[in-house]
Amino acid sequence: MEFYEHIKTANVEDVVLRQPLHPPTRGTLCITGHHLLFSDREEGSSRQVLLLIRNIDAIEKSVENLLACSSLFSNAGHSERISGSSGTITIKCKDLRVLQLDIPGMEQCLNIAHSIETLSCLDSVSEMYPFFYRPSDLSLQDQWGLSSPEKHYSQMKELHDRWRLSTVNTDYSVCPSYPPAVIVPKNTDDDMLKKVAKFRQGGRFPVLCYYHRKNGMVIMRSSQPLTGANKKRCREDEHLLQAVISGSDKGYVIDTRSSQQALQARMTGGGFESKSCYSSWKRLHRQMERGKALQESLIKLVEACGDESHNMDRWLSKLENSKWLSHVQTALSTAGLLAECVERDGHSVLVHGFEGTESTLLISTLAQLIMDSSCRTLEGFLALLEREWVQAGHPFQQRCAHSAYSHARLQQESPVFLLLLDCVWQLGRQFPLALGFSEALLLRLATEAYASNYGTFLCNSHRERCAIGVMEKTHCLFQALLRPRERNYYSNPLYEPTELAIWPSVHPQSLQLWRGFFLRWTECARHLEEAQEEIRNMVIEWGKLAQLS
Amino acid sequence: MEHIRLPKVENVRLLDRVSPRRSTVGTIYLTATHTIFVENAAGARNETWVLHSLVSSVEKQAATASGCPLIIHCKNFQVLHFVIPREPECHDVHLSLQRLSQPESYEELYCFSYKPNVDEEERRQEWDFLDVNTDYSRMGLPNSLWKLSPVNQHYKVSDTYPAALFVPDSAAPPVIVGSSKFRSRGRFPTLSYYSRENHAAICRSSQPLSGFSARCLEDEQMLEAILRSNPRSDFMYVVDTRPKLNAIANRAAGKGYENEDNYSNIKFQFIGIENIHVMRNSQQKMLDVCELRSPSMSHFLEGLESSGWLKHIKAVLDAGIFIAKAVAEEGVSVLVHCSDGWDRTAQVCSVACVLLDPYYRTLRGLMVLIEKDWVSFGHKFSHRCNHLVGDPKEVSPIIDQFLECVWQLMEQFPCAFEFNERFLITIHSHIYSCQYGNFIGNNQRERKELGLCERTHSLWSYLMTSQVDYINPLYRPDHSQTQGLLQPSTAPYCFKFWRGLYNRFDRGMHPRQSVEDYLSAIQEETQQLEEQLASHKQKIAQLEQEQGWPVTQKATTFDKSPTAWAHGNDFRLANTPQDYTGGFITSSPCQSKAPDSSLILLPQELRQTSESSLSNGSDQESGIADLSCRSPLSEDSTRDPDSDEAAYSTA
Repeated sequence: MEFYEHIKTANVEDVVLRQPLHPPTRGTLCITGHHLLFSDREEGSSRQVLLLIRNIDAIEKSVENLLACSSLFSNAGHSERISGSSGTITIKCKDLRVLQLDIPGMEQCLNIAHSIETLSCLDSVSEMYPFFYRPSDLSLQDQWGLSSPEKHYSQMKELHDRWRLSTVNTDYSVCPSYPPAVIVPKNTDDDMLKKVAKFRQGGRFPVLCYYHRKNGMVIMRSSQPLTGANKKRCREDEHLLQAVISGSDKGYVIDTRSSQQALQARMTGGGFESKSCYSSWKRLHRQMERGKALQESLIKLVEACGDESHNMDRWLSKLENSKWLSHVQTALSTAGLLAECVERDGHSVLVHGFEGTESTLLISTLAQLIMDSSCRTLEGFLALLEREWVQAGHPFQQRCAHSAYSHARLQQESPVFLLLLDCVWQLGRQFPLALGFSEALLLRLATEAYASNYGTFLCNSHRERCAIGVMEKTHCLFQALLRPRERNYYSNPLYEPTELAIWPSVHPQSLQLWRGFFLRWTECARHLEEAQEEIRNMVIEWGKLAQLS
Repeated sequence: MEHIRLPKVENVRLLDRVSPRRSTVGTIYLTATHTIFVENAAGARNETWVLHSLVSSVEKQAATASGCPLIIHCKNFQVLHFVIPREPECHDVHLSLQRLSQPESYEELYCFSYKPNVDEEERRQEWDFLDVNTDYSRMGLPNSLWKLSPVNQHYKVSDTYPAALFVPDSAAPPVIVGSSKFRSRGRFPTLSYYSRENHAAICRSSQPLSGFSARCLEDEQMLEAILRSNPRSDFMYVVDTRPKLNAIANRAAGKGYENEDNYSNIKFQFIGIENIHVMRNSQQKMLDVCELRSPSMSHFLEGLESSGWLKHIKAVLDAGIFIAKAVAEEGVSVLVHCSDGWDRTAQVCSVACVLLDPYYRTLRGLMVLIEKDWVSFGHKFSHRCNHLVGDPKEVSPIIDQFLECVWQLMEQFPCAFEFNERFLITIHSHIYSCQYGNFIGNNQRERKELGLCERTHSLWSYLMTSQVDYINPLYRPDHSQTQGLLQPSTAPYCFKFWRGLYNRFDRGMHPRQSVEDYLSAIQEETQQLEEQLASHKQKIAQLEQEQGWPVTQKATTFDKSPTAWAHGNDFRLANTPQDYTGGFITSSPCQSKAPDSSLILLPQELRQTSESSLSNGSDQESGIADLSCRSPLSEDSTRDPDSDEAAYSTA
């Protein structure tokens, strides 16, 4: 394997590992093509720490001379064994864990650091670990995924009168980021769709993503129309949207940009649905932050959480300055607005911003959680993520290439998916009995999106995944999370299904820092986990007794 | 009654602060003790009761076309925004309330007119329920190191100290008296907490009258006696909880702090908690932020930061941790003081006790602690809580900060406290409500003179009778988290804004479902099931014995999901969309299609459903029928109107 070209030193003895919430341990460090493996050397213990190299966001190395080192270990009696020098590698992971390795021997230290740096940046997807991961209890023949547009469509009989499943995108030629099948209004044929696709950025023509059973209203999503500076029109596009609301008086377009941004977009070939051409559609603009700004917000927040100055003013001002909670507030309130349009106002809504692969997905997902109880079960939620993020073409590979610690120049990284998970966590805080899954699931997903044994979050679109055979050669995370043991662990013990909508409060007082994620590796998180454990035990005991009698 | 200029005003609007769309119309009644707002809705009497003693300010704003706004701020952080149709009426209500909410003498306070249906014998027993002296016995006192001193029996040595005080066994009365003359207000060093395990103690006093160079032999002997009462230790800490500058400034007035050279074997330490004026202003700034109509996240966080409130909370907790660690980990005794030794000193000693001793994390323990370190040691409740009209500069939320420190600890250690947040909030309310005699007056001597034990009721026994409401279902006395010294993190990110207290009455902001209530309900049910199971087993065994063959157990069916949505009525009310629209939808023509009432239960429906849930709730058998009355959202709406809780809160 060519991985070995990057590994000059595969094994180092006498390494000290320091990790949060554990005392330092001495042991052996192994480096393989995909993992760092640390094995505890203490008698009788066989503790191992296995870290996906993909999970490493940044490393810092410092090589110290003998003098500093021997004083460090003078009372441990190891100083004489260190020959010449040693070094320390600080590993900052995408799941926000920070590990430290003290490695004897400067050369070994530099070799290890170099290997990690190279291996963690390999971007050939088909050589990533999911293609090698073969757990004994999963088979590659298992069904891949939980949901598909075909399945989604066939499950919703109510839809069939007015909506159809189109396979116009079978060969991905109409829209490279869409799945092969999509749900569109019945009276728009595939030729029309092709024309509409040419009028929308990236070919993302309006498709149905949610049907509200209570009143028959729908949420559609798309990318921006390419009206450009000369206000081009597309009759087919107008027709398609008109078909959506036939019978009702009007619909809403929720544009996730400010009206200013939308106007400016026209200068670069984009645009919006103008009143004169789409007379039955009312536009609502909500500016949602995206791209680089969001990534910078995450970096600032994580930096604030790592500040050890113990200065309250500084913490609050850094928290404010990161703007992360403002983004949470905006996302939840825009999703609330969307759900309000559908559920209370009784109108269909089209959502888009620029490309329709970021904020659009964020608020359509949240709105579905707010309105539809079937999305709130463990299975329902995973299926929702699969439909609205994986299949809908959120470019995971680009967005999650690096996390908050990376020194690499920002390219296309943006923590939109993390923002979604945070918002879902906030929903769970406000309605602790309404979600079928636990905080642990959200934490797991936050980790998996950045580095995973599974193929689910690989690549940027369905097309790319097909091209390299992700569905044939890797395992599906969502399926794995539904195995009995996982299902049990990730379900919310307090879950009490409700058909009611769960309207989140978006007051600043109601929103909180997601401590479970951002402070996951601190002492406070541990006490809270213990409390969660107690809750689970209480419910289990109660359940057992209730069953007995 | 002579202060009521207008007993009744009709057609008054009560605005909802969070969602202005949800205002109600009704009638205001002024009574001797309460302002009562009764909604006009037909068929039901939805009422809001506000105790006059809880009113902290009444503000009349300029009249507008719709009427004259009257804003009432309460000490429990309720804010009522009325609009009274005519200006003269508003004027009268304003003047009446201003007078009613500022009693001039103790006799006017509510505790003297509050007469629940309790006979005199029971009332007297209420006061016997909690005795600080039993806490000293619990600590193992008196013993060979510490003795009960009668020196302050008639409040002669210090009129703000309690009559019964523990002092080092070796401290003779002349030493005590001499030391007291060298301390502000005669508050000499005396015992607050004693650790049985290692003999280390927390002592408290006021500042020494050292000026720039004065010394007092007796005071030096007193500190040495304290040091000697901890035989295993060769030094003690003297902690001045003030910022160093403040302490130095006091020297010019003949007061100050201990000179390490004059006292043998002390380590002196400043801690830097700000004074009552800073705290008062800080809380006011924070409350202003809480009251903003719909602030942006940035606005809120900036306001929270500039109020400095959490910084002060952290300072108090940090000081408590320093002392608790000195006692538990180093085995070193600590003398704590500030200026007079009744504000910061009370905070810091009691926080240290909560950290040190699991007992103070129980219901009874917290009550005893407040009784010991706050009530008996002369925290000036009447002045600090503004019970009587007086100097506004004496008012300060010192006790609020203590309760908040406990809450912050509960957030970090969910299994370590026997009581819940509701317990703290209820205590907070009653510290200010003047309904019970416990917190009237500024010290023990005043309370004796007022005859409070003879004429009023005690909060503590009331709290104990309703203790089921205050139990934390996650409390695990044997959990590792709960043992010995609590070691909280004081990283700034561990401190949270206490929404439950400061935005208590803004229903829309709170979680719509309560994990705690759910757990309490299943805990209760689990207990019942266990008992039932045990009795079934017993019966089976009996029958087997009697009849000689096995009997199949008759199954009792339990509905497995009776709990959570039993508070559905609350849920529905609170569970309405927030103001996401910023005016977009409200101004659109489709507004008419979605009338507010379609999803919000009308108040009378709520009232009816919540009342009926008391009598014919979902599942009587499982014992959780009246769950809704324990949810924080409905706490006020379902209580017996005769009980005190309904007396000052939203009905």
